[in-house]
Amino acid sequence: MMRLRILDSGHGFGTKALFALIRAVSRQPVLDVIKLVKYRADFYGRPMSAITQEAMRGPSVWSVGDRELMAAIVAQTNRSEFCTKAHSAVAQQAYGDGKNVATFLSKLDTGGIPEPLRATLLMLRKLTREHAVNSDDMREVLASGASRQQIEDALAVCFSFNVIGRLADAFGFSVPDDDAFEAGAKYLLARGYR
Amino acid sequence: MSDIRQQRNALTKRILEGAGQASFSERRAAFHNAGAADAVSSLVDKVARHAYEVTDEEIAAATASGLSEDGIFEIVVCAAVGQASRQYETALAALNAATDPAPGME
Repeated sequence: MMRLRILDSGHGFGTKALFALIRAVSRQPVLDVIKLVKYRADFYGRPMSAITQEAMRGPSVWSVGDRELMAAIVAQTNRSEFCTKAHSAVAQQAYGDGKNVATFLSKLDTGGIPEPLRATLLMLRKLTREHAVNSDDMREVLASGASRQQIEDALAVCFSFNVIGRLADAFGFSVPDDDAFEAGAKYLLARGYR
Repeated sequence: MSDIRQQRNALTKRILEGAGQASFSERRAAFHNAGAADAVSSLVDKVARHAYEVTDEEIAAATASGLSEDGIFEIVVCAAVGQASRQYETALAALNAATDPAPGME
């Protein structure tokens, strides 16, 4: 149960019917993040999903896997268990077997992540942890080979997940088992965040 | 290139200026993490700075102060979006400073 009852059970009839369908088809519980974006969707869910869709699936030099890894790093830095597991699962599915996301997450500095992704992830981690970065930090990322546009794209991902991770923890999302995250990841790769 | 400027403006405008149960001033205070009412100020600050430390008791205390669950929902969303916005804008300013030619070097 989330900390606000409205987020668990305050949805309209049509949305409740949709949740029943999701449960029947996926054979998984409806993730709390879905319940949140569907609650009074005109206030938060729809405008936020437009941002997240653009950041995660809009045109970018970064691959979908790279952007999901950025989301997982932001979530991990914010100590948001739900979002870390959710986006690690998406990143791993997007990358396939050639890369190990768990290793990337535990050894960001030395885990063999190629530049300029590594320098970008380190900058996002600092921004998330300290709430600020300076021009020297940005020069380092540029020197690693990232373009200005790539940095802007990464900051868009960072914005989205600094919102979502906070809400996950403040509202108390329950953390389901790995099967539910795998199913969620498959859905997010196929359909995006719309 | 992804561009979230318009979408971010739309979200901010909706949560701060659109219809809601929390007052405009309550939502603005949460967004800026400044001047929130006593009943929610520690909740707002935690959402902004370390959301993983929010407890059941803090949400319950906000409810007990007379706020509706919808009002608390709105205030927490505003606090989260506000902090993420400050981070984003600080980082963009740092990027601009790193990429703009120094004065006299144009």
